[in-house]
Amino acid sequence: MRSYLSDRMGAALLMAPLLLFLVLAYAWPFLGVVKWSFTLPTPGLGQYEALLTDDLVQSVFIRTLRIAAIVTVVSVAAAYAITVVWVRGTPAQRLIAEFCILVPFWISVLTRAFGWVALLSNRGLINTWLQAIGFISEPLALVRNEFGVIVGMTHFLIPFAVFPLASAMRSLDDRVLLAARGLGSSRMRTFWTVFVPMTRSGIIGAAMIVFVFSLGFFVTPAILGGGRSVMIAELIYLRIFQSPDWGLGAAISVVLVLFVGALMALLFRYVRPKQLI
Amino acid sequence: MPTYRPGPVSLIIAAFVALFLLMPLLAVIPVSLTPSRMLAMPSGELSLRHYRALIEDPRWLQSILLSIRIGVVSSAFSTVLALCFSLGVWMFQPRFTAALVGFVLLPMVVPPVVSAITLYFLLTSISGFSAFFGYDTWLGVAMAHSVMTVPFATVLMLVSLSQLDRRIDLAARGLGATVWERATRIIMPNIKFGIITAALLSFVLSWEEIGVTLFITSVNAITLPRLMWMGLRDNIDPAIAALSVILIIITVLVLAVRSFVARQRGA
Repeated sequence: MRSYLSDRMGAALLMAPLLLFLVLAYAWPFLGVVKWSFTLPTPGLGQYEALLTDDLVQSVFIRTLRIAAIVTVVSVAAAYAITVVWVRGTPAQRLIAEFCILVPFWISVLTRAFGWVALLSNRGLINTWLQAIGFISEPLALVRNEFGVIVGMTHFLIPFAVFPLASAMRSLDDRVLLAARGLGSSRMRTFWTVFVPMTRSGIIGAAMIVFVFSLGFFVTPAILGGGRSVMIAELIYLRIFQSPDWGLGAAISVVLVLFVGALMALLFRYVRPKQLI
Repeated sequence: MPTYRPGPVSLIIAAFVALFLLMPLLAVIPVSLTPSRMLAMPSGELSLRHYRALIEDPRWLQSILLSIRIGVVSSAFSTVLALCFSLGVWMFQPRFTAALVGFVLLPMVVPPVVSAITLYFLLTSISGFSAFFGYDTWLGVAMAHSVMTVPFATVLMLVSLSQLDRRIDLAARGLGATVWERATRIIMPNIKFGIITAALLSFVLSWEEIGVTLFITSVNAITLPRLMWMGLRDNIDPAIAALSVILIIITVLVLAVRSFVARQRGA
């Protein structure tokens, strides 16, 4: 009995500091933000009403969902292609694939967004070269628009999509593929009717991670969108710092959290957390 | 060992993806060598002036030192908190473990912009009481970074604890070791690698944190990413290209060393 009590005391003492820290520094201020959304500038549900009626807010929500959907499809497909080589290639192919996945993954989001500015801007690499060979006379508008945002976000999110896909592909039994080939199925057909369906949990996991991440994306859209292709996170920033309207910024945040929470709940009905690493 | 290799079509598509992934990292190299004061491709002549600017302009050095200070403090803080928490979870397996771990992981899954506005609320509230700990102070930034990095540190610790054999702890306990002795002399030496990794990852995450930092700093606590952000938003400073090249080279070197070490350990 004594040891049972001291065990519980020990656990409480060890776990308390972090829990206390996060309650004070995270949970409590989040409730403060929720309070803002109901009290600023005037008490009531005014900010949530504004969310439903404000044209700007709605167009930003729709743009965010559209960009997130496009980015999800493109980056999961691209990640799938490179993951196949990373997991099932020859040792040399695997090393190259790993290098191409991990180096961007460890480089900060700012550097990567800047790299795209260097490539895509009017005086950037692509426009300079295309003009030099006389292919175009005026620079193409590749950045400061939705195209630039989608390219930058896809680039950022591909490595995140790779990990759940790799985990699904690694756990796949090779003999199934050999059996399909042995029974006379072509390479193409084996890939589409056996390999892809058997990695479904990885595809769902990767798509959910990418989609959820892109909803709250801030840095890449702010830099590559150049203020013209504003997404929901940048709208929150603008509402807090430029047109001080803390209530609306807070209300958008609350809605975003609820939406992401619902998506996560949906995700964990299909995929176990361990499959995502 | 996979016997089923990717075919030529897969390889070609994967090569395009690989190119796409590396392209922006390579693009900063020529830009960093431009002699122009603005972002442009060098035409003919190359120059190292933007690399010189990094050394000569004190703002860069100041922000690098500030980022290191914030990174070290927040990494130490979140590593210690995560270590204690994970030890508690592993040694005592209390009830509601899943819910408590889920709570700790929240800052990792909540959209960063929401965490940012939350921490902005926290630090502006603290600023009311204290001038050196709150909005736009380095201690405030360090605390906010700890909130953001502690879930990652906790995940790493829990993963390395999950690979530890419980029987060595049971043996120590049976021989009369106290909780403190079990933690410091039995468990911690066995998850040394996990603790170091957690501290390093926390430092790196703090070093490159920008989403939250933007919300909680204005003119005093200018970390390196914050300074880069300022240079990117207004008119683009090619010194950022020079800095990016240096950061990319460091990353590649660290990854190469890491994979070499991993290979040695595996062999």
